Amino acid sequence: MTVTSDAGVAGGGSRAGDLLVVDDLRTHFRVPTGDVKAVDGVSFALPRGTTLGIVGESGSGKTVLSRSIMGLNTAGNAVTTGSVLYDGTELIGRSSKEMKALWGAEMAMIFQDPMTSLNPVVKVGRQLTEHVRFHFGTNRSDARAAAIDMLQSVRIPEAAERMDNYPHHMSGGMRQRVCIAIALACSPKLLFADEPTTALDVTVQHQILNLLSQQQRERAMTMILVTHDLGVVATRAAEIAVMYAGKIVEKAPTPVLFAEMRHPYTQSLLWSIPKTSQPKHTRLSAIAGRPPDLINPPPGCKFAPRCPYAQQRCRDEEPQLVDGPGARHQFACHFPVGTPENREAFDRNLASGLPQTLTVAGCLAAREDIVEIGDGA
Amino acid sequence: MAGSGKAHLRPSESVLLRAEDLTVEFPVGGGRVVHAVSGISFDVAKGETLGLVGESGCGKSTTGRAILQLPRPTGGSITLNDVDLTRLDSGTMRQRRTDVQMIFQDPISSLNPRRTIGDIVAEPLQVWGPKRPDDQWDIVARMLDAVGIDPEAARRKRPHEFSGGQCQRISIARALVMEPELIICDEPVSALDVSVQAQILNLLEDLKAQHGLTLVFIAHDLAVVKNISDRVAVMYLGKMCELAESDELYASPAHPYTRLLMESHPEPDPGVAIDESMTELGELPSPIAPPSGCRFRTRCPLADERCAREEPQMRRVNDDHYVACHHPLVAVDDDLSAASRQPTLPLTAPATA
Repeated sequence: MTVTSDAGVAGGGSRAGDLLVVDDLRTHFRVPTGDVKAVDGVSFALPRGTTLGIVGESGSGKTVLSRSIMGLNTAGNAVTTGSVLYDGTELIGRSSKEMKALWGAEMAMIFQDPMTSLNPVVKVGRQLTEHVRFHFGTNRSDARAAAIDMLQSVRIPEAAERMDNYPHHMSGGMRQRVCIAIALACSPKLLFADEPTTALDVTVQHQILNLLSQQQRERAMTMILVTHDLGVVATRAAEIAVMYAGKIVEKAPTPVLFAEMRHPYTQSLLWSIPKTSQPKHTRLSAIAGRPPDLINPPPGCKFAPRCPYAQQRCRDEEPQLVDGPGARHQFACHFPVGTPENREAFDRNLASGLPQTLTVAGCLAAREDIVEIGDGA
Repeated sequence: MAGSGKAHLRPSESVLLRAEDLTVEFPVGGGRVVHAVSGISFDVAKGETLGLVGESGCGKSTTGRAILQLPRPTGGSITLNDVDLTRLDSGTMRQRRTDVQMIFQDPISSLNPRRTIGDIVAEPLQVWGPKRPDDQWDIVARMLDAVGIDPEAARRKRPHEFSGGQCQRISIARALVMEPELIICDEPVSALDVSVQAQILNLLEDLKAQHGLTLVFIAHDLAVVKNISDRVAVMYLGKMCELAESDELYASPAHPYTRLLMESHPEPDPGVAIDESMTELGELPSPIAPPSGCRFRTRCPLADERCAREEPQMRRVNDDHYVACHHPLVAVDDDLSAASRQPTLPLTAPATA
């Protein structure tokens, strides 16, 4: 996508070109057994007009993060702290009533499931015009004309007739187009797309992602693309933040992340995905174990129990997200991939027979496309 | 695609399973019929994994279920070990089903939430296995252990106490206790996270080697299918488009639909160029009234009036590569001229019907 060449994204540091600055954002859910730390100290800044991809597995906090920024976690047990500066204005602490002025007009969201995010008993036309009339006071016929234009811009054939359809008249791909049209109708500056294509077929996914990046360019929108699929963000996001257990563990411009990944979780994630470029029956390097309990997470690095490079220090002391040597590349690891320390840690674990290290070593021996432990791809 | 024809079938003595002209239709009222699967043929050799890939609605799951006679196909035959399953009475078929087991997409809902894991995995044995519970438990424990679940710890637990990946392992153990010859895996990893997906794919490969299993692996993810399959069949709207050895299929797809699928697949590599021109709505036509001739022609950039008139038959590309297309993207044995005409036309604007 489009990246403004010198728009640096520093840790939490704000600069004039940033549309969104998130600082130490935490969202905890109170449950009878404790606090679920779904988002636990996330900081980043997002320059205008760029696309940030947020990648993580289920339970990594990626969805809660985007909902927290938009102020959509309205459940009584959700506690959000920290700071979200949108265009210079603080959003945390605002009531839903105050946020209502921003929803749709300034920031909008496309949800994962197009089947359930539309109201099944309201015609598509009304769902497309409701917020336009609320924000801009447009009269009925102008709003309708604008909505038909919107449907055409998301490539829905016979747009005028479609206005009187109910969602069940449409296929999944068509409904997701309607959701995109609704999200874009008030020309928001910031668009959240939360797994926008997960429920769709691969060919439809491709069309929808193309449509999104096209609209993003035309409208100079800033976009946050949340997904579990590294393949989706690899070619669609300027920068990628990898989340694990409620924290960003690595963040870098997309080509840098793939070429010089530093966090073992990023590496494990990429190694576990089958690729069409690999020969059949390529042994996949699965990640051992399971994600940690978010109520009582382990004291040190949250990935340490599954990490093939974990040392005692990782189990005691939590690494912070710090700037690496490369431009705009941040990671939170004591023994980053590609360093001599990482290699030593691996050899040490191999010698002591740490199960996950042995598994990775076994898998590497069977694979030709990964030459070295420190190797990125 | 309308791919009919049987040029791609191998001699029957070398295969475990053979489907010929398999047709499954569902009446939907008013005299209308959903043509879920329309005359496809394929075979699976012993110890082989056949991948079935295609978009939702292409009939891949229906094909998998039709092998088990669930429901019985409307037409065609399914031959397992030289026995035609479609001709068996329901009592005999019930017994034959012990040779064919199935693993489903959603691991949590495919296990009964009110029963213990020990009971769930032992159930097939309670019907067909040894009568003594202790003997049953020996087999169950061995299978749970083989799929990486601690038998003693799991025995009295219920499905909700396990994660999705663990539930899928339990489903696999349940499929294995009958020591089947063939396992049909219907999207077994689609509901799982990528790290767990890798664990399950590795497990299936290991079990296949240990137990000499034959798999039919149904999935929509092209990379997953390539990873596990020896041969891959591409389906579209109830027809088979292309069938080939996996590496060959991905290296040189011959069917325009196969290429469309591959170009749409998001590869985790920022260096891959993406074709951004494809934004138009190109969706599956209704299976109630499928297009005439080749069923893919309404979305195919190469379609002409011959495609509307005449259904393409399966033709040989090389030893283990067959395609059903009038305008294949690579040279076909009996028709070299067709390929040289338009070797690499860009797949952009779908032609109108």
